[in-house]
Formats: sequence, C-alpha cells, structure tokens
Amino acid sequence: MKKHLHKDTVVVHGSKGSDPYTGSVSFPIYQSATFKHPGLNQTTGYDYSRELNPTREELEKTIAKLENGFAGFAFSSGMAAETALMELFIPGDHLIVSDDIYGGTYRFFEEICAKRGLEFSYVDTCYLDNIKSAFKINTKAIYIETPTNPMMKVADINKICSFAKSKKLMTIVDNTFLTPYFQRPINLGADIVLHSGTKYLGGHNDTLAGFLVVNDKELAQRLFFIQKSTGAVLGPFDSWLMLRGIKTLAIRMDKQEKNALQIAKWLQSQKCYLDKVYYVGLPEHERYEISKKQASGFGAMISFKVKDVEYVEKILDRVKVISYAESLGGVESLITYPILQTHAAIPKPILERLGVNDRLLRLSVGIENPEDLINDLKQAMEG
Amino acid sequence: MEKKFGTKLINNGNDKCKLTGALSIPIYQASTYHQEDIDDPSEFDYSRSGNPTRKVIEETIAYLEGADRGFAFSSGMAATASVLSIFSAGDHIIASQDIYGGTFRVSGSIFSRFNIDVSFIDTTDIDAIRKEIKSNTKAIFIETPSNPLFKITDIKKVAELAKEHDLITIIDNTFMTPYLQRPIELGIDIIVHSATKFIGGHSDVLGGLVAVKGENLANRVYSIQNSFGAVLGPLDSWLLLRGLKTLKVRLDYQQSSTIKLARWFREQPEIKQVYYPGLENHQGHAVHLSQADGPGAVFSFETVDTKTARRFLKNTLLAAVAVSLGGVETIASYPYKMSHGAMPKETKENLGINDRIIRVSVGLEDCEDLLEDFKNALRG
Repeated sequence: MKKHLHKDTVVVHGSKGSDPYTGSVSFPIYQSATFKHPGLNQTTGYDYSRELNPTREELEKTIAKLENGFAGFAFSSGMAAETALMELFIPGDHLIVSDDIYGGTYRFFEEICAKRGLEFSYVDTCYLDNIKSAFKINTKAIYIETPTNPMMKVADINKICSFAKSKKLMTIVDNTFLTPYFQRPINLGADIVLHSGTKYLGGHNDTLAGFLVVNDKELAQRLFFIQKSTGAVLGPFDSWLMLRGIKTLAIRMDKQEKNALQIAKWLQSQKCYLDKVYYVGLPEHERYEISKKQASGFGAMISFKVKDVEYVEKILDRVKVISYAESLGGVESLITYPILQTHAAIPKPILERLGVNDRLLRLSVGIENPEDLINDLKQAMEG
Repeated sequence: MEKKFGTKLINNGNDKCKLTGALSIPIYQASTYHQEDIDDPSEFDYSRSGNPTRKVIEETIAYLEGADRGFAFSSGMAATASVLSIFSAGDHIIASQDIYGGTFRVSGSIFSRFNIDVSFIDTTDIDAIRKEIKSNTKAIFIETPSNPLFKITDIKKVAELAKEHDLITIIDNTFMTPYLQRPIELGIDIIVHSATKFIGGHSDVLGGLVAVKGENLANRVYSIQNSFGAVLGPLDSWLLLRGLKTLKVRLDYQQSSTIKLARWFREQPEIKQVYYPGLENHQGHAVHLSQADGPGAVFSFETVDTKTARRFLKNTLLAAVAVSLGGVETIASYPYKMSHGAMPKETKENLGINDRIIRVSVGLEDCEDLLEDFKNALRG
C-alpha cells in the first residue's frame, strides 16, 4: 500500500519517516561531523557528514520521492544548489535560459559563470520557437523557471523537454514557485529540478536551503561527486527544519493558493489603483490552460502593476499585516518591489522588455485570513 | 481592526525581531545577561526569571487565549505541577475524574503528600461539583473534552459556580487549543496546555503553557515559575512559536479528516462505540458546540472485543502506535496501558476505560490513505 500514497501523506512521512532505532517519530538530528568506523575497512555507511549525513539523507530522499526523481541533493542555499548544478558544464557550453528569472540566478550566470566560459542566451521560453532559434551547436541545456519570477509567465514543460530530447539537451526546471506538491517536472520529462528550499518547502522564513533532484543514476553520480567535492551541503539542524517544514507543505500550499486566488480577484477589481494583476490561477491568464495541464495547482505568487508610481511607496509604507521583505513562500505574507530588490541585478533594458518596471509589486501570499490581507492592502492603497 | 484567529497566529506583535526585522524571532540561547548599570537592572538578568525567546511564546499564548499573562514550562506536567503549587497545605481541589492520567498521578500521589486534598468527581454533573464544595475548597480543575472518552463539562456553569464560592478555576485546554476553545472568555481563571500536542504540532518538542486571567493570580504563578524553575528552554520556545504559526491550517485539516473517520468507524461491525464530540449522538455534543468552535482532531473507539483492538494496533501501517497526540503524524494509542496506565484498574473500569478502547489522534496524512489503512488494520 505504501507505494500508492498520496502526496499529502508522503510529505508527513518522508522517506524513512521515523527513527528505526528508537521509534522516535521526529527524525533525529545527527549533529555529527564524523562517524566511528566499526573496524579497519569497515563502515556504517556514514563516514563524514560532507559526504553523507543521516539527517540530510532523510531530507534528500524525501525531496527525491516527492519529485519522483532518482536522487536528491540538499545544499546550504538555493544559490549553492545552482552553483553545484553549473559544475556539470565546461567552458564553451551554451545554455538557453528563461529571460524572466530570479535576479540572483541572472547575476550568478553573467558575473560568475560567464567568466568561466559558459554562454547564456535569455529568451522568452513561453514560445518554443524562441528556444529553437537560440539553439546552437554548443547548446547543452535549457534552463527554465515556470511560472517565472516576477511576471508569472508559464512555459510548456513537456514541449520543451521533447525538443530538448530531440537535440540531446538537458532540461533543468526551477520548481521553487510550485513545489512538487503542485508540479512535478520530472514526470513531464525534465532531467533536473532545482529548488530554493528556503521558500515553500521550508515554509517558515527561518531556514536557507537549496535542492537538486535528478531523474537518472548517471547524473546522480556526477552530482554526488560535485556535492562532496565542493561541499556546500545543508547542515543537520537545517535539514531537520526542512523536514519539519515539508510536513505541512500540502496544507500550507492549499491554504496559500486559496488565499491567493481570492486576493488576485479582489486586486483585479481595484481598477482605479491597478493596471494589471499577474496570477497564473486567474482564468484570464494567457497560459491558464497550460498551467492546468501541467500542474495540479497555481501557487500563491501574485504580481501587480499599480497605476501610479506614488502608490508603490504608499503601499510599502502602510501595510501592517503584510511585511515589506524579500523572499517568498513562507506562512507570512510578504510584499517586494522587484526592481529594487529581487531583480536589481538584471540590466534595466531587459527588465523593461519583460515589463518589470517601477510600478510592479510582487506579493507572496501567506496563510493568514484572506479578508485581513485584503483589508490590509485596501487601507494601504486608499489611505 | 480585530484580526481573525488565523491572522493572529502570524501577526501578533511578537512575530518579528524588533532589532533586525528578522521574520523569525531570534533564539536567545543565553543563561545570563550583562547589566550595563547595576543601579538600573535591565529587563533580563537570568533566563530562569526571564528569557527573550521564552517571553515571546509566553506573550503569544496569553494573546491567543485572551489572558493577561502567559508562562512556558518544560512540559505539560511541569505546567500543571507549577499551577498546583500555588495552593497550600490543607487546601482542597475538585478535579474531573477522567482527567489525564499524569495529572491524576501528580495530584493524587504527590500533592497529597503536601496535604493538598484532591477529589475526583464527574464534573459533567454541575450538582455533583456543588455537593463536593467544602469550606477549604480552593479550586476546580477540569478537562473538557475529557481524555479519552470526550466527556463534556459545561465551562460557563463551572465558572459561575466557582465565582459564587470564590474558587479558582483551572482548565486543561490541550485537546482544543485557543483556536477551538477560549475558556477565559467563558470565565475560567487559569488555562493549562500540554504544548507538546497541537500547539507544537510536530511531535518533536515537549512544552507546557499556562495562561492566566488577573494580575494577582498571574503573580502567584510567576513566583512559582521563577522559584521552581521548570522553565522552557530557548530553542524549545522557538520551536513552539514555529509550530503555532500553522496551528489553524493543521487543525482545520486534521479536524475535517477526524469527522470523516469517526463517521466511518461508527458504521463498522467491529466497532461497538465511537467517542467524539463531533458526532450528533455524542453525550454533551450540544454543550460542546456552544462553548467551542469545533470538535477537534482526536477520537476514541471501542472495538467489540480485545482481540480486535490489539489486531488494529498491530496491523496499522500509517499510524504510529505511541503515546501523545496532536502531531502531524497520526498516532493510535491504547489508553488502558498508556496514557491512563497510572490509574488503578477499578478506577479505569468505573470510568469506562477498558482494554477495547483505542484513541486516535488524526494527523495530516491524506484521509483516504488513513481510511484504507484502518480498514486493513481492523479486518486484519
């Protein structure tokens, strides 16, 4: 029966779930750097925590199980996961990347990876033709984020993966916004899934973490080698906090999504203050049908454009229940100003082309009461 | 703006570090504090007396319960024992007869040595309480719904009776949490929680919380907390705060699964009776719904014979067979041997706690998976 468990059961029980020695239903925190060997040439399976730590292992197996992947890897932040991922490539390799991505990813690619000889083309990955025309002889991978941040564009994962397979390219999907609870890119053909675990997976704005999940053994071996050699692993206590966070992933995301839809609809009705609301769960969203096809939920990230730039400061200064802070995905609702915060690293012309301007705000909807959140936005806009 | 409960859990004035703006309040793993000016002591001097992380959980529980002060202890029993310590030799306390076994043990066999006399009676019967009041009676200690048979005591009536006789009322609100039941609004003076259960919610931390109405009474509890020192540590205080944030979403989900499961169990031929305040025919159902916002996420059932009960415990794959309750994981327990093992056999049988009763604390697993597993466990 264990094979056919629903996702909301898997999040609670993880991989091993409880501790096999004591029966403890909370998985133990093995705050140990090294492990005693039973004798010469003998190992318990654990030698040194950079290579393998029992608490991190439970977390890595849990994320792999949730993503339906072959193996998972936990890192000390989302960017640390991305750094390890880029070690798979060598100078001269070319990657096709969604143009509307997290600013930190863009900065890392352009300021660090480019110096090491990697090449990137940024295209609107909503349209396969853009990807096809960016394809070059040295292209090795397609890197997408869907829905994108902050414009909530949706790429058709299955179509992109089919194209990638025909050209022997690797497909990498940043699944931070939807998590495996709503979207499983590996089932749609992706090779590698990336997460900032700091967001929905941890869910409490109290832990930094990153994950990679891969779909086959060969890739798993390469990444395991990179992880143990470069060593940006997640510590035991943070691994345990992630496991604790994942237990409530399903109920948090259900509530956050429900709140987000209600708030997005309300924002849409505020025509005198707002120009446009970007939320993939609105039936008017231009990629609504694709979202419905490839994901079981829409998530809880909303962006909106205010009519006048002066509303931005007003809203950010006056919100009381919602916090003006970077990051997303936690139980607390957060509002950010992408042009100054999350996307500050991206050159202005690109931002303008994408529509990220000084009137765009991004809201990560938490689990508070939705009416309280709406009233908070209302008093902030109207006051 | 009066915030709704779900918002209060996240946004309660204590949810951010005032110094750095951190959304997760800092863990002050400190025992002592440097004093800038010895003539002007700062708020914190020693963590037994006060710790900044513990203070946040203490203020939060007071806020959620509508109390004046909150106190955090190292376990639910440390909280109960500390509250009972405000009484003196010669005092008499009236308590619910099917109170948690650990409370029964501490009051019946430890506090009795200090000459505090506790009578255990059926508090669902207000006249029985009235008859028990003596000249030295100082308090009434109730648990509703009771554990494990979910007997319902009328909180308001008990509070009124207590006020007439100038008695302190204490309630164990562990099963309901302030989300579902706020006894201070109904006239109760002291609330005790085993925060290990729903408040922590992840079966990974022990904690006890006390919420008190009235400054005088609060000072008496504080004096015990500071003198006995059964305080909650900083990391555990922080874990409780983390748990509290999802209290509403957890309990909403757990409760809706429990309603489905309780109804399903009621229909099974292997089951003699189901005990759950959410069932219309449950004794005290109407009183419960008049004083609480929901029936909670724990229920008990009695199988037709002992063999079936034991088979269920042996065969269930999804439920942990364990003591405790309120976590994200479903837990099946056997009160006869576990939570009420400390009670004499005759007392248990008088109360109806026999070896055919199983108590289930419903977790966050998918309800269909639980139904499937329980069906297999019952049939064997």
